[in-house]
Amino acid sequence: MVARITGIAVVVAVCALVEGLIRAGLINAYVVPLPSQILASIPRIVVEEHVLARFGQTMQEVVAAAALLAVFGISLGALFYKSPLLRRACESWVGAWAAAPIVLVYPLFLVIFGRSATTIVMIGFAAGLPPVILKTLEGLVATRRVLLDVGRSFRLDGRQQFAKILLPAALPTIFVGFRLGLIFAMINIVGVEFLINFGGLGQLINELAERYDLPGTYGAILFVVLTSVLFFAATEWLERRLRPMR
Amino acid sequence: MPVLEARGLAKRFHSNEGVVVAVEDFSFGVAAGEFVSIIGPSGCGKSTVFNIVGGLLGDYDGEVLVDGAVIHGGTHPSIGMVFQEESTFPWRTVLENVAFPLEIAGMAKAERLDRAAHFVALVGLQGFERRLPEELSGGMRQRVAIARTLASNPKILLMDEPFAALDAQTRLLLGDKVLQIQQELKQTTVLITHNLDEAVQLSDRVLVMTYRPGRLKRVVDIGLPHPRSGDIVGSREFGDYVAAIWHDLREEASRGIADDESRLRGAGATAKRA
Repeated sequence: MVARITGIAVVVAVCALVEGLIRAGLINAYVVPLPSQILASIPRIVVEEHVLARFGQTMQEVVAAAALLAVFGISLGALFYKSPLLRRACESWVGAWAAAPIVLVYPLFLVIFGRSATTIVMIGFAAGLPPVILKTLEGLVATRRVLLDVGRSFRLDGRQQFAKILLPAALPTIFVGFRLGLIFAMINIVGVEFLINFGGLGQLINELAERYDLPGTYGAILFVVLTSVLFFAATEWLERRLRPMR
Repeated sequence: MPVLEARGLAKRFHSNEGVVVAVEDFSFGVAAGEFVSIIGPSGCGKSTVFNIVGGLLGDYDGEVLVDGAVIHGGTHPSIGMVFQEESTFPWRTVLENVAFPLEIAGMAKAERLDRAAHFVALVGLQGFERRLPEELSGGMRQRVAIARTLASNPKILLMDEPFAALDAQTRLLLGDKVLQIQQELKQTTVLITHNLDEAVQLSDRVLVMTYRPGRLKRVVDIGLPHPRSGDIVGSREFGDYVAAIWHDLREEASRGIADDESRLRGAGATAKRA
């Protein structure tokens, strides 16, 4: 509780500092709007720019990408674990893919999926996939040998060994990868919405920036941060539900 | 007829230094309700015997029999294993850990939790059922592991140095607990250990192994009266048994140390030449 209050106090203090620096003329008010103006713009962008509908659209895209990441990322990580040959052949490629600026190939996705939410979701998915695969693999490989031996001593079959021992043992590491994947997916989803001027918060930020409505732009960015906070809270809740260990 | 029997066990490992014969012509039998310890110096192949008998290690010579029938590869439902390393599942509570084999066996939830609670109480952990392993001491976690194995109702309890990571006092107290459970359940038990006091305190018979390759050097029948407790370590008879086993073991342990030193010298000389 103290940490939470301290965190909020730090954000308030930074905003007050920025406000002071802008009012003192040390930061150009035409580049960075006053934090008080940003807060004041929120009711306006809610009513006039329908930011909540845009927020909902971006949330839907992130949920779709997160579902794809969970299903395909964890499955591919498990497949690499089961097949050492596939792992040796592909692990460095996946590592290289993680470092690649996927967003730059958005024209290719546009050609394949058209100017649609599918393009945005698929780019988010493609950008977030490598950390989920790599961290799933890392978690499975790091499972202590003795836990697997316990499973063998109780005559678990391959499916039980995976579901009852490997997966729960690897879960904390898998969640680290899943959160990383979500960060990459969210950045790319908002980025592509901005680039192709389609859909949710990214498109709204694009429109507001082009109108030079800086308080509104930053207000919309606050909703992007809110999306991120909500997804992190959701993954933490899910992890606590799936694994009681503190 | 012995419940558990090993006949002519032998195991070779291939390493960079060539073929290492870990165990050779190792045979023993364990009668129902008997507590047998296998003791030997480090590197004598005790854990290899544990893994072969438990079914975790294949490709060996000789045979393992349970109730007179040869085991053909893999683990056997009559053999329950307790490991040297900490082996509780950190994501499960004490009760859920102990109920694990019953869950695998498909027992209904209420019934398995009830049965698991009985084994939790048996190892003296009542009141800790809802705790996670990270909230317990090393000795308590090892008791959880023992309770979990006992919950699977094995005919033979096979333990590989389960107290190795614990301090001397906890070892003695845990030894008392294991002995009490073994006598209460009349549980056939095989304990792999390198601890002389532990072997004498707990066992009906002690099998002494030679240093590599591990062979059976001597069988010592422990004639100490039952029921036993940790207090027995102060008796003269206890000291005599420890001294007798140490007499055999000392020679093997010295051979092991000399072998390790010569191997390290050889590796050092090779590195220098390179």
